[in-house]
Formats: sequence, C-alpha cells, structure tokens
Amino acid sequence: MQNKISVSNLDFFYGKAQALFGISLEISEREVMAFIGPSGCGKSTFLRTLNRMNDTIPDTRAAGKVLIDGTDIYASGIDVVSLRRKVGMVFQKSNPFPKSIFENVAYGIRINSLHKNKTDLSERVEKALRDSALWEEVKDRLHTSAFGLSGGQQQRLCIARALAVQPEVVLMDEPASALDPSATQKIEELIVELKQNYTIIIVTHNMQQAARVSDKTAFFMLGKLIEVNATQKMFTNPNETLTEDYITGRFG
Amino acid sequence: MEHRLIDQQINLIRDKLLSLGQATENALNRAMQSLVTRDSQLARQVLKEDDIINQMELEIDRLCVEIFVLRQPAAHDLRLVISVAKITPILERIADHASNIADAALIINEEPELNEYKELSLMAAKAEEMLKNSLDAFTKEDSAASREIIKQDSIIDAGYKRVFDDLVKIMTKNPAATIAAAQLLFVAKHLERIGDYVTDICELTVYMKEAVFIKHSHEEN
Repeated sequence: MQNKISVSNLDFFYGKAQALFGISLEISEREVMAFIGPSGCGKSTFLRTLNRMNDTIPDTRAAGKVLIDGTDIYASGIDVVSLRRKVGMVFQKSNPFPKSIFENVAYGIRINSLHKNKTDLSERVEKALRDSALWEEVKDRLHTSAFGLSGGQQQRLCIARALAVQPEVVLMDEPASALDPSATQKIEELIVELKQNYTIIIVTHNMQQAARVSDKTAFFMLGKLIEVNATQKMFTNPNETLTEDYITGRFG
Repeated sequence: MEHRLIDQQINLIRDKLLSLGQATENALNRAMQSLVTRDSQLARQVLKEDDIINQMELEIDRLCVEIFVLRQPAAHDLRLVISVAKITPILERIADHASNIADAALIINEEPELNEYKELSLMAAKAEEMLKNSLDAFTKEDSAASREIIKQDSIIDAGYKRVFDDLVKIMTKNPAATIAAAQLLFVAKHLERIGDYVTDICELTVYMKEAVFIKHSHEEN
C-alpha cells in the first residue's frame, strides 16, 4: 500500500515551547493508525498538524515536512480550507451545529458546492448518514434538531458531517472517550468499516481500543515518537522498553 | 517501578503453576517407584491424588481467565499468561500419564517380575529430569536452557525404541510374560509422551521470553 501521509522531521512549537521533536512517520492509504501515549505527550498536537488545525491557535509554528499525496501541506500557497475538507476531523466532544440533523450534514456539501441539485444533495446526505451507520436511526426525523440525538448519535452525526465533504483522511481525537460502552462499540465498528474507503488516524487513551481498531500503532512520549509498529506486534512484543513499560502500565 | 494491580495476579499464577509442576513431578516419581518396587499401595495413592492435580488445573485456568478479562495484559504480561494457560493442561496430562503408569503397576505387580525395569527406569529418570529442568527454565525465563532441553527428547525416544524391541522379544520368547510385557510397553509409551509434553513446555517458555513460536520448527520429518 502506498503512503498517504509522510511526515519528516517535524518540530512544532507553542510560542517558544517545543511540543514535537523530529517526528518522522509514514501512514499508508486506507489504514487505521492509532496514536497512544501519556497525557501531554503531543499526540493530539501532532494529529492537528496533519490538517493544520494548529494554525487556529495563536503563536504556533511547525518546521519539517508533512506530505499528503506527495504535497507538502505547509508549503506556501496551500489552501487550508481545501486541506481540511480532504483531511477531516472528529473531536472528543461531539459538536453538532445548532441545526437539524439534515442541515448538519448538508452544510458542508452546500458551502463546497458539491451537489448538483436538491435531489443530489439529499442523496449525498443520506449516503453520509448511511456511511456513519446513523441513517436507520434518524431517517424519519431528519429535520429535527441534532441536539435531540444521544451522545453516541451526535458523534456519528459529526462523522457523517466530515464524510459528507468526501475526505480522504479522517482524523479522530478520542472520538469515543465521552461515550458509553455501547456507543463506543458502534464507533469502533464504524472505524473498521470506514477504513475500506478512508485513511483513519485515531488518538486514544484506551490501549484496548487501539488494539481493537487499528492496523498500526504509534507511541509518543514527551513530544517524541518512540515506536511505530503493527498493532499486533506492538501489544505482544514491542521493540522499545519504554513502549513495553507504558502499555503494561508501569507508567503513564 | 510502581506496583501494578496485575503483578500480584501474575505472581499467583506463576506460583500455582510451579506447585502444579511439583505435584506432577511427584506423581511421576511415585508412579515409577510403585512399579519398580512393586508397591501397589503406592500406585493406588498416586491414582487417588490425581484429582488434586485436576483441581489445581481448574483453579489456574480460572485465574488466567480472570487476568485476561480484568487486566487485559499486553506484551510480556500477555505472553506469560498465555504460556501459563497453555502449560497448565500439559502438566495435568503428564500427571494423567503418571496415573496410567500407576494403573499399569497394579497389573504388573500381580504378574511374575520381569527384568526390564532398568531401561524403563533410565527413561523415567530422564523424563523426570527434563520435567524438572523445564519448570526451572520457565521460572528463570531461560529460553536457551529450554532449547537445550528440547534436544534431549531424542534420548527418551531412543530409549522407547530399545524398550519396545526388547519387550517384543520377550513376548515372542515367553508368552507367559505377555501381560506384564505389554503393560511395560504401555509404560514406555507414557514416558515417551511425557518427553513430548516437556518439549511443549519448553516451546512455551521460548515464546514467553522471545515472542516466537518455535513449535513444529524443530521437529524431524
């Protein structure tokens, strides 16, 4: 499988404070990669560098290369809006718009002019809701408020919203940490389904979740990438002692 | 290093496995003794105590499941629990073979004595030594020692061939000795199987230490 994302020697700074140190990493197309590590290790910071969401934070700076399909996303002239459509993001706390379920998904399609007409718009909304395993639960109430959905349903709506604009990569920052076990299971099953069509990167504190859903796992600590490995190997026989200590609960 | 919740449970299953190993070693030793010294009372004692070994197996099984469910071990912890879970029934089967040897002793002890115990005793001593060493290697997580023990199984296999040939000759020359000889053949087979099981234990120690499965990779075609 070819690389979707190639990161070379990435440093990242919040003001003068360096948060990421020389990160180099390859992520293959249609692969699920999990980022694990103790709190504050830089995994969410790194995730946000992949679609330049850190640009929204004042006084931050990235140095190094992040290539997506061979294009350096930090080169001058890059359209970050277009980048964030291609590399979508789902956050820990679901954040549906104060709109109907339908409009939450339709919004991105409309502003990107992805649809041909009203019928096409409805079809695209339905597809996104089907792809996020939410359609059957909401098809009879599309024009009711998104806030009427449960936490798990709202999160899947946020996933549908991201999918509606036809991304190639989906970034998920602890997407299930605020959900109950049943909703978590649905999200995890969805991730396994989605990887047939998307490259997915998920930050998680839950190592068992990383083991369940990901093909590869990257372990971060103090802003450095310690190890990246096939998930099965990572959790049965990691290369680095530090990794073994973390995943066996000796620290973190 | 901070104490982890899982450490106590891992130490417990390790200790219980070694207790099971010790009980199995004793069962084998006493079963052979009951044969060589023609002590049927000892043989019956071995048979009676097999149930204690069975209960030990069940308890370790339960504890291993508990660790998997409640602790979701990873890396070395995972490999250790897997190894304990797989070695436990192996030890129980070795103990079953010891019981079968005791069963054979009860029959043989009623028959006129044959002089073929020497070779069997050598086989048994080797099997007992290998079993003890395999459990020592497990305790020390010594994969190099485990690999050496695996090589010694060929000594038991060679002993079995010799015993087989000798006993067939006896049965041919002396039909009256057939019952005893046939039972001794079974004993030899049990010892040969025990050598194979000890090999399995060693393979699991290698897995625990090195995270590689060497099962089948060293078997002769």
